[in-house]
Amino acid sequence: MSYDVIIGLEVHVQLQTQTKIFCGCSTAFNPDQPNVQTCPVCLGLPGALPVLNRHAMRLAVKTALGLGCQIAKFTKWDRKQYFYPDLPKGYQISQYDLPFSFDGHVDVDTGSGEPRRVRILRAHLEEDAGKNVHDESGRGRDSQVDLNRAGTPLVEIVTQPDLRTAAEARTFLQAMHSLLTFLEVSDCNMQEGSLRCDANVNLHVHQPDGSKVATPIVEVKNINSFRFTEQAILHEVDRQWELFQKTGKTIKDAPKTTRGFDPDRGVTTPMREKEEAADYRYFPDPDLVPVTFTDADIEAIRSEMCETPVSRRARFLGEYQLSAYDADVILDQGRAVADYFETVAKGSGDPKQAANWVTQDVLRELKERRLTLDAFSINADVLMSLLKRVSDKQLTIKSAREVFLLLLEQAEEHAPSTVRIDAIIAEKGLALVQDTGAMETAIAAVLARNAKAVADFKSGKQAAVGALIGQVMKELKGADAAVVREKIIAALS
Amino acid sequence: MALPLDTVKKVAGLARLQLTDTEIEMFSQQLGGILDYVAMLDELDTSAVEPMVHAIELTNVLRDDVLAPSLPRADALQNAPKQDGRYFLVPAILEG
Amino acid sequence: MGLSDLSASELLDQLQSGAVSSREVTQACLAAITVQDTAVHAFLHVDAADALQQAAAIDERRVRGESLGLLAGLPVALKDVLCQQGQPATCASKMLSGFIPPYDAHVVTKLKQADAVLLGRTNMDEFAMGSSSENSAFGVTRNPWDLSRIPGGSSSGSAAAVAARMTPVSLGSDTGGSIRQPAGLCGIVGMKPTYGRISRYGLIAYASSLDQIGPFGTDVRSVATVLEAISGHDPRDSTSVNQPVPEYSKSVDQPLTGLKIGIVPEHFSAGLDTEIAAAVKSAIDVYRSLGAEVREVALPHAKYCIATYYLIACSEASSNLSRYDGIHYGHRATSFKNLNEMYAASRGEGFGAEVKRRIMLGTYALSTGYYDQYYVKALKVRRLIRQDFDAAFQQVDVIAGPVTPTAAFAIGEKANDPLAMYLSDIYTISANLAGLPAISLPCGFTTGGLPIGLQLQGRPFDEDRVLRAARMYEATTDWHTRRPNG
Ligand SMILES: [Mg+2]
Ligand SMILES: [Zn+2]
Repeated sequence: MSYDVIIGLEVHVQLQTQTKIFCGCSTAFNPDQPNVQTCPVCLGLPGALPVLNRHAMRLAVKTALGLGCQIAKFTKWDRKQYFYPDLPKGYQISQYDLPFSFDGHVDVDTGSGEPRRVRILRAHLEEDAGKNVHDESGRGRDSQVDLNRAGTPLVEIVTQPDLRTAAEARTFLQAMHSLLTFLEVSDCNMQEGSLRCDANVNLHVHQPDGSKVATPIVEVKNINSFRFTEQAILHEVDRQWELFQKTGKTIKDAPKTTRGFDPDRGVTTPMREKEEAADYRYFPDPDLVPVTFTDADIEAIRSEMCETPVSRRARFLGEYQLSAYDADVILDQGRAVADYFETVAKGSGDPKQAANWVTQDVLRELKERRLTLDAFSINADVLMSLLKRVSDKQLTIKSAREVFLLLLEQAEEHAPSTVRIDAIIAEKGLALVQDTGAMETAIAAVLARNAKAVADFKSGKQAAVGALIGQVMKELKGADAAVVREKIIAALS
Repeated sequence: MALPLDTVKKVAGLARLQLTDTEIEMFSQQLGGILDYVAMLDELDTSAVEPMVHAIELTNVLRDDVLAPSLPRADALQNAPKQDGRYFLVPAILEG
Repeated sequence: MGLSDLSASELLDQLQSGAVSSREVTQACLAAITVQDTAVHAFLHVDAADALQQAAAIDERRVRGESLGLLAGLPVALKDVLCQQGQPATCASKMLSGFIPPYDAHVVTKLKQADAVLLGRTNMDEFAMGSSSENSAFGVTRNPWDLSRIPGGSSSGSAAAVAARMTPVSLGSDTGGSIRQPAGLCGIVGMKPTYGRISRYGLIAYASSLDQIGPFGTDVRSVATVLEAISGHDPRDSTSVNQPVPEYSKSVDQPLTGLKIGIVPEHFSAGLDTEIAAAVKSAIDVYRSLGAEVREVALPHAKYCIATYYLIACSEASSNLSRYDGIHYGHRATSFKNLNEMYAASRGEGFGAEVKRRIMLGTYALSTGYYDQYYVKALKVRRLIRQDFDAAFQQVDVIAGPVTPTAAFAIGEKANDPLAMYLSDIYTISANLAGLPAISLPCGFTTGGLPIGLQLQGRPFDEDRVLRAARMYEATTDWHTRRPNG
């Protein structure tokens, strides 16, 4: 017997707003100072009322448009009722039957040529809960509740069960991360819980008669890293397969259950079963009014959106002829690096060279200096000027690297600029020698000093020319190696 | 018609209301009576009627994303039955 | 004639002219509370020192010639459902015993801006659920006209305090008649404005889509003045409507010409006490004599309003009251084995029987399998009820009728029959479902000496016309000048 793995994800993304979804409290991540970002609204105090954050709604729409979703013309807020200490009102304000967006898709690269299309069932906007801090000592001491996070705006993205492997699920999440950071709707900081996911997993087992039976669905809750998502699903697949072989239980025999993932042991573990089946008693929140969108509203939001990473990747491959590898390295760094690259590529006239510099020199320096791009002293315009001098044959690549490093070294005293580039070139005598007189003089001098190499060349040892070129180049400080080579060969023949 | 006792218990569980046996019995009778009374709505054909959630037809009430002062922590915690000066405290929540 | 015999509008005139000080008026109220409230039990909490301090501060500002607000120096009592920073707000529930809100309700801010004196907090049915005050966890309020009878509810203390002249005005909240019914049973004026006219921010919710704050006073002009002071848009309440607030206090005395009054035959059918029917009919005759045109209008879905109301109100309440879980505030049980038991025990101990009954009904109506049958069905009938009013208001300006089917009943009389108790709101509930403004004003007495109320309902945001129509009647009658024990 064999089986297919069926995976659907629910991804929770914290939106990058200043304030919470229904009140003016800060959304800053602040675990060391619990309960300082609360007010009557997000504490759920008697009498306090919610008012929707305009920016949260806008970011949510951007997210959905990035996922290729339809935007509902009419959407409303519903209360999802359950009791939990991190949920101060006893209900979560969420969206039930009329989410603000639905029917999108994301194509995931499966590494096997054909991308996997993952359909997005819906995306809705809701408030986050607070955080319970449990006593880990096992002595049953009180749990602590911090409501700083309560009311942070979240978009919940629900996929169809279209993913087929744990690796695909991971790739999908990475694509989400890339998309959402690109659109600047979320910082997707997984350590801080800005991007979390629940994975619904089961198996479709092939029967000898050609039919398939499904194993019971398990929801693995609250996974907060790409790697854990993959590990949790891998473990869950093995576990379900073993269990199915042992018990033969199918989806018809057992209800959906929820499990958590224990990263230390790499296993999923059962969550405490609720005493009664969940009945969230959703109903429209009478404290909030509906939101409507016209086509013009949606277009206005669309028009201020940047290009998605998927479309940008296609353009990098087509327009700039980058390798898939280079394009991915650049896009994985996020929107700022991609923007930086494009400025350099366009301005220098040599996209391939620009990609080399960005993926190697720039990223290396950022990493070594532990900098983000916006704190990097060589901005895109400066690098563009530098590379322009290379493509204009005023500077060799090697000299350009020297200039690049000097710019960085001296950045404290002199902010890198085009003027600085030219000053360094002049100071170090790095300008490519265009004066053929000087080059010819240098060639003659080198040939005169290297009788053996000249003889070797003339006797057919082509390789001997290399040493000669090197010496001429050294003499000239800056010269185009190809031109030097040409001229030496001409002089010797 | 009295609401079955099991139903009363199930609803009380959902609502997190600890009820005495006397209360369960009483609510079974009283809720049953109220449900019999509200059954009069079944006389009306409402298939073509839109539900009316609000008394007024407002839409698109939004606030700007501008910070407002939060409460001092002491004020946020002041009404809590149990707190440690930093957190609200609750009996150990068992997970897993 | 003592200070407590004056209406709020008369007191405001005297305060403004300097004939009396706010301190004197406040002192008179505190004295009246000392004398009478042991019997009536309208108040849950009076901070006399604080009230006198507020009054003194306003007097000082007046002496300095500062410009003062619309209610400068006037004592106002607050139903215990409105949050006032630093003062207890219990909703007459054990659940919120000891709860001190760290913030002011929008109406409290408005009252402070109007330079009113916040006098104290009044008793009510627990979480505004009830029609008699018998659901208060802190004892029943008695009707000043007959201490063996209920004052109505749920704004019981706010109505009784005004009726007994312990405060010139007060605020209540009205979800199904909780201002108008006690106003009617206590022989004073009480108004529920259009839904959205007054911000609900800081009003502890019973049923969010029906709740509305409103004033009580001894005459229409006082009610108009307080309404003007507390109305207006509040960006903190998404259901607060951004509409200009007319100067009700100035327009209230202008009679209406060409007034068209609607009467609903169903309001006068079975269940209505004959003395009340007679009083209301003669009130309508007064309008005829004032030149108003009276015609019958139909509200064909009126008989469904109680069923509709209880499903919607209880559904919303079951959700609104889930925040009382003994974790972030409110009562926490001391004996439980785990978190889940803590929830259930805290809520079981903290809530009284009527609150539990409504939470149970609402939880049931929203639960899987019953949601469409009960909750959604009620929302649909709610629209039919609203459409009835829209059609009726094509033909008439206000609809006149009784406030309650009977006068104040005896304490304990309906305590064990929730459905019978619910039926006492039969005439008031539809204004909440439809979101309309409505007022209750005195229009007579039973042979037993109990007050009878007249209700006027108007078009949305037409408070001005409702108030003027009420004042037209009041100006030709003297029911509002009568007071208990006098
Ligand atoms: Mg959710
Ligand atoms: Zn807040």
